[in-house]
Amino acid sequence: MDAKVIVVTSGKGGVGKTTTTANIGAALAKLGEKVVVIDVDVGLRNLDVVMGLESRVVFDLVDVLEGKCRMSQALIRDKRVENLYLLPASQTRDKDALDPEVFKTVVQGLLDEEKFDRILIDSPAGIEAGFRTAAAPAKGALVVVNPEVSSVRDADRIIGLLEAGQVSEIRLVINRLRPKMVASGNMLSEGDMLDILGVKPIGIVPEDEGIIVSTNVGEPAVLGTTQAGLAFMATARRIRGEEVPYPKYEEDKGFWAALKRMFGGG
Amino acid sequence: MFSWLKRGRTKETLKDRLELVLAYDRAKIPPGKVEALRNDLLEVVQRYFPSTNSKIEIEQDGESVVLTASIAIDEPPKKR
Ligand SMILES: Nc1ncnc2c1ncn2[C@@H]1O[C@H](COP(=O)(O)OP(=O)(O)O)[C@@H](O)[C@H]1O
Ligand SMILES: [Mg+2]
Repeated sequence: MDAKVIVVTSGKGGVGKTTTTANIGAALAKLGEKVVVIDVDVGLRNLDVVMGLESRVVFDLVDVLEGKCRMSQALIRDKRVENLYLLPASQTRDKDALDPEVFKTVVQGLLDEEKFDRILIDSPAGIEAGFRTAAAPAKGALVVVNPEVSSVRDADRIIGLLEAGQVSEIRLVINRLRPKMVASGNMLSEGDMLDILGVKPIGIVPEDEGIIVSTNVGEPAVLGTTQAGLAFMATARRIRGEEVPYPKYEEDKGFWAALKRMFGGG
Repeated sequence: MFSWLKRGRTKETLKDRLELVLAYDRAKIPPGKVEALRNDLLEVVQRYFPSTNSKIEIEQDGESVVLTASIAIDEPPKKR
């Protein structure tokens, strides 16, 4: 993706926007980019805990917008990954504290003065003001979608809104895919999602308990070797323009699957 | 390696982190500020009692959030 400023969004809540922002951010930094991840969910800050940086928050995005501190005071440097920074949301203010135009100038400042190669913006759920502010400075978008009805429908709505705006590169991150269910014909596949939404996936991330464990300890999964961690790492490589094949997730090795294979089914 | 063991423990890590972060949220204080204060306090205590085990914690106490310092002076300061 050519876009330096990418909004991570979905419409529906709980599909994995924050998880995706943290992991793609850490992965891009591991691959050598200078990255800042920005939490725009004013009043419902979460990216800090998912990244394990919560104890280091002193100033936040709203403090910067209001001139209460310098940008360099609000940016939290991740000590585990070189060139990875977090700009946290304010937890105590309300959503109106963020004006899209002011936010745009702040993001421009991060590019021009702090020389970031990539800026990832974690959007709040919904299609209202919070989402619009998050998307305002973005030229690219990662639309996170789960293979289930309400998420796909909300993603379609979001894609429409993004296309109507100035976002030119829209890519799909399919999250929480369960290969077994896809194989048995009970879950939408990657191809189905492309057919329905008309947007190409750039990442396919399986449902993985490793994500829960990594969130528990506040360490992005891309720093480990879980399936989801590897999938996020591959996604980051594709964002950088590398050709990375999609892995074949472990086939169902159960008794019934073996039986089905034997009789030519499944 | 012992991943089941590690897994069993991550819940405890999460619980500790959540308790701390919620205490700060409720008190409307940015955690980093208290963290910096804690480090400064510890540094000062260390200067006077180099061999002590001090603990400074933020805790929820009913309605209010309290910063508690428990400074164990196991060893009297050395005489010259
Ligand atoms: N690939 C995955 N496998 C398992 N759990 C996941 C995965 N992706 C996200 N989750 C879990 O789903 C929940 C919602 O994720 P989150 O990133 O907070 O979503 P959002 O920011 O869109 O609201 C979290 O508990 C997270 O740990
Ligand atoms: Mg979120």
